[in-house]
Amino acid sequence: MNSARGRTTWALVIAVPILFAVALLIGRYGIRIEETFRALFGLDGVSDVFRALVLRVRLPRALAATCIGANLAVTGAAFQGLFRNPLVDSRILGVSSGAAFGAAVALLLSAGTIGLQISAFGFAMLAVGLVFVIGLRFGSSPLVLVIGGLLVSALFNALLGLIKYVADPLSTLPAITYWLLGGLSRTSWIHTVPLAAMTGVGLLFFLAVRWRLNVLTLSDAEASALGVRVRGLRLAVVGVGTVLIASSVAVAGMIGWIGLVVPHVARAWVGPDHGKLIPVSAGLGAATLLVLDTIARNAIATEIPLGILTGLIGVPAFLLLFLRFLRSKGEAQ
Amino acid sequence: MTLEARAISYAYPHGPDVVCEASLGIEEAQVVFLLGANGSGKTTLLECLAGLRTPRSGEILLDGQDLQRLQLRQRARRIGLVPQIHEPTFSYTVAEVVLMGRAPHMGLFTRPSVEDWRAVGRALEAVGLSGLRDRPYTETSGGERQLALIARGLAQGASYLLMDEPAAHLDPHHQAEVFETVSRLASEKLSVVVASHQPNNALLYGDRAVFLIDGRADLQGPPGKAVTASSLRAAYGMDFDILQGSSGEGPRAILPVSRRRGSAPVRD
Repeated sequence: MNSARGRTTWALVIAVPILFAVALLIGRYGIRIEETFRALFGLDGVSDVFRALVLRVRLPRALAATCIGANLAVTGAAFQGLFRNPLVDSRILGVSSGAAFGAAVALLLSAGTIGLQISAFGFAMLAVGLVFVIGLRFGSSPLVLVIGGLLVSALFNALLGLIKYVADPLSTLPAITYWLLGGLSRTSWIHTVPLAAMTGVGLLFFLAVRWRLNVLTLSDAEASALGVRVRGLRLAVVGVGTVLIASSVAVAGMIGWIGLVVPHVARAWVGPDHGKLIPVSAGLGAATLLVLDTIARNAIATEIPLGILTGLIGVPAFLLLFLRFLRSKGEAQ
Repeated sequence: MTLEARAISYAYPHGPDVVCEASLGIEEAQVVFLLGANGSGKTTLLECLAGLRTPRSGEILLDGQDLQRLQLRQRARRIGLVPQIHEPTFSYTVAEVVLMGRAPHMGLFTRPSVEDWRAVGRALEAVGLSGLRDRPYTETSGGERQLALIARGLAQGASYLLMDEPAAHLDPHHQAEVFETVSRLASEKLSVVVASHQPNNALLYGDRAVFLIDGRADLQGPPGKAVTASSLRAAYGMDFDILQGSSGEGPRAILPVSRRRGSAPVRD
């Protein structure tokens, strides 16, 4: 790692806590910095309302944004390597479609906020479970998994359509639509605690196997000749990655582009070696979503759904990266 | 130190035998050329020797031990596979590509150690690529890529390298560079199997030539003896001229007999 890369990596290590603090400080209610810290550390001198606002609203929300950003970016990076395809994002295996269906079912049945989270998580896992079954039956090559993901996504999209069709157009349908736009506006500790727990375990797994992920970008024959149990590792990565995305989507709904664009930015930054790519993606993803969620909460009078914001920023960001790539190949001026 | 296949047969699911009771032995410090037409079973045989495919019958012995009973990682420390050069999806540096060869020496959850990086340095040195260690692999020439993949095999610590058409896509100069490196490594006790479409390279650099004909390996021997007009005809179904060296060292090169110019009509 050269020194410039070393510096930028350190910048990231510092940036995430700073952005986290900023996310706690900025909001609709003007809570002063001093009051925020008093609330955080359980000191007197801050009103109960502000204390509750910091501890029960802003803190779980900022933590959720941090976790989800890291999850989507790390899984995106790992999946791009695993499928040997830089255009893959973390939703490739049908996890989002499954979660969307699960959430819609919960909203249809008025299952409440915890029921929604469990249902979205459960159906997301079920969707990838179906892809797993297809994979185990047909040899779990990247191609088989991609096709499996395509089929399962299509299936759950159709089922989601069915739910929307029978949903009450005045109450349930808008609720489903709004949930699908993605956002953290209703996040509380009930959502954030399981999310943070799964994020911790999942990210540790990815940090631990990150050197092995390089070998997975080779052909199956090459990777096994290097002594790696390709299928086992691939399914483990897909399994843990699915838990991370499912837990994220269950809290925040559909948030696109983070899982596609952030790994590319990270790769342009530190190169494709997963030893560096995984931690840098995690930091960059967390930082990005913290910034975007802070904007989503504060930019205009009402909240902007996060999924819209990530799309509005992700598309031009991706275009810039793509132009840069073409230029490096000498195919564009 | 030998790698030995004894009468192995391999068939893909629902297919006929692709490798058919093939026997061959690779001695220490030997370069063995596997010759044969497209589809004659060269790559399949290589993958069997690498332990990636389990023969339907017969056995493969590594120093007298059944290859299939060796653990995956143990095998990977002994036998390296050098695939055909290909365009990788991501632009790893040359050193990072070679570092992947350390996978069988690293635990699943560990990071590369100082010793791993030293092995990478030694491997790059051995193939003469030390100057390119930080160059993106995607920005190197075909010959350099092939050398980097050989270095990856060396970083594995392999005493056997199985190479699949290392000369493919290389100009004569780069071919010579790759094979001279291979010959030098062989003289330092590395054993090499080269699947090749170029019998001339077997004559130039091989210690042994094995013709695979419909999965059978019945025609084999020292290249000077095994590469004959009749074995070439059996392998490729066409006629070749064999050019003898001036100083009586045996055949130096083969030349396909052009059918278009009609220099020697194909008799059958």
